[in-house]
Amino acid sequence: MTGYDEIAFDDRMATVEFRVGERAHIVVDSEVCRSCTTQACVTACPANLFAPTSDGGILFNYEQCFECGTCYQVCNGEGALSWSYPDGGQGVVFRHG
Amino acid sequence: MSYDVVVVGAGPAGSAAALAAARAGLSVVLLERGPFPGSKNAYGGVVYGRVLDDVLPGWWDEVPVQRWVTRRSTMILTGHQALTVDFRTSDWGQAPYNGCTTFRADFDGWLAGKAVEAGAQLLTSTVATGLLREGGRVVGVRTDRPDGDLRARIVVAADGVNSFLAKEAGLLPKTDAAHTTLGVKEVLALPREVIDERFGVRGLEGVDVEILGCTRGIPGGGFVYTNRDTVSVGVVVSVQHLAAAKVRPEELVADLKAHPAIAPWVRGAEVKEYTAHLIPEGGYDAMPELHADGLLVTGDAAGMCLAAGIWLEGVNFALGSGLAAGRAAAQAIAAGDVSRAGLACYRKDLESSFVLQDHKRLRRAPGLVLSERVQQRYPGLIADLVQDLFTVTNPTPKPGALRLLRAAAKRNGVKLRHLAADGLAAGRTFR
Ligand SMILES: Cc1cc2nc3c(=O)[nH]c(=O)nc-3n(C[C@H](O)[C@H](O)[C@H](O)COP(=O)(O)OP(=O)(O)OC[C@H]3O[C@@H](n4cnc5c(N)ncnc54)[C@H](O)[C@@H]3O)c2cc1C
Ligand code: SF4
Ligand code: SF4
Repeated sequence: MTGYDEIAFDDRMATVEFRVGERAHIVVDSEVCRSCTTQACVTACPANLFAPTSDGGILFNYEQCFECGTCYQVCNGEGALSWSYPDGGQGVVFRHG
Repeated sequence: MSYDVVVVGAGPAGSAAALAAARAGLSVVLLERGPFPGSKNAYGGVVYGRVLDDVLPGWWDEVPVQRWVTRRSTMILTGHQALTVDFRTSDWGQAPYNGCTTFRADFDGWLAGKAVEAGAQLLTSTVATGLLREGGRVVGVRTDRPDGDLRARIVVAADGVNSFLAKEAGLLPKTDAAHTTLGVKEVLALPREVIDERFGVRGLEGVDVEILGCTRGIPGGGFVYTNRDTVSVGVVVSVQHLAAAKVRPEELVADLKAHPAIAPWVRGAEVKEYTAHLIPEGGYDAMPELHADGLLVTGDAAGMCLAAGIWLEGVNFALGSGLAAGRAAAQAIAAGDVSRAGLACYRKDLESSFVLQDHKRLRRAPGLVLSERVQQRYPGLIADLVQDLFTVTNPTPKPGALRLLRAAAKRNGVKLRHLAADGLAAGRTFR
């Protein structure tokens, strides 16, 4: 093997600063997700914020979001996502980028 | 409040636009939703700064450089093979230089500072939440500040790849997954001497590596860039195909770091930061209208990122288009016509500069480099061919090169006539 230890996902996310705002800037309508055939957001979101639930819906937490837009680009369900940027100064803060 | 120009987004495009407009004597406010310029931005990265020669003479003495790229490689990987074309020149290690690695948190802040020095007012932690319109004309923006609206004769939308302003103005489609790629990157810490030794550089010399064939067949590519005491490693992939493949993006970065050709560079490194950002890769044919009444669109918001597949030049095109937007705003205001017709000078300026000329010339590049054969078949074909050419088969006599090519093509499912056609297309694309 290469001798490279792959980092755990939580540790990976812990390298990023988030100034979490009160308002959820992205809201997922799990009702729509239940009839979504791809659930593409689950694997595509680089922050891994979309968790499938046992009833076929989606559990979403906006707090560690990169504000990248991948989810709404790949979303398969009309009206499932309401997407906006966090309020000024809040959300992700890249220290290197 | 009322200004000549409101610029939305203090990325390279917005700061360049604000700089040019403020230099021309206009009152300019530059809005940034992050707490500081660069805080929302992530890229590979290398900045090719020559576009700043005229506006900031001697920029290279002040730009917050990590390393000057003096070695540039393109790599083709398969699971177990690697072929590298590696070029180095000391010319790029001295003024006027060619490209530098730099962090966006540093570079964007530096450039916004130049706009402020020129007289622009920077408002951070401020989101432009929508356009103010009167009779179809854009006359300012709404913000999430308590005192809300900012009126302006011209609004410059430099709000990057998801440009909600250009969408609201009807210039961009709501989604465009087919022309959008996702970049994910890790910044990996290593002692400076270790980087120098592993990459064969010293002082401020740095390395830029673009990689094809490392994304499990998902259209895209990878990169490795050296900073002073960190190395940036990442991949850029089509969002559409990433979603269809059901692959998690960070796994692609993990694959890349574990590849036998890359692992020795990053062994023992600690992850300092993980980032993700989208890129508009459609090029010339996917660009929106660049202006409307009272509105100019610039940088990634206008799809200005030049992406010849894996070779990304976005910052320099953002700078070039942003400067042009600032100049156009000044020209239109001086002429007293900020209508669509009055702002047409913006597109003309871009057409006469590298921005649209390069885009037009390379308009077929994204399609070619991200095509199925280039992504999924040619890396294997090329690597197999080189391996066969370099494998000494004694005591069996050496097979001819053409025979090897045929065999490698067959093994990788490529028809020679397709290879010839793609070769011609490549010749036309990059002529
Ligand atoms: C992984 C990756 C690798 C890349 N590698 C390279 C490279 O090596 N070299 C290169 O030249 N280019 C590279 N690029 C492309 C380059 O990063 C972009 O083309 C460039 O940043 C575009 O600049 P911009 O100013 O148009 O947009 P951005 O840099 O995205 O800036 C937009 C700004 O607007 C702000 N904003 C957005 N909406 C609002 C709003 N509503 N209100 C207020 N502010 C707002 C954002 O916070 C941001 O600061 C890469 C991109 C990625 C993702
Ligand atoms: S892709 Fe859209 S509709 Fe489908 S599960 Fe994800 S958020 Fe819901
Ligand atoms: S914007 Fe990006 S990081 Fe945030 S939820 Fe969507 S895909 Fe995930």
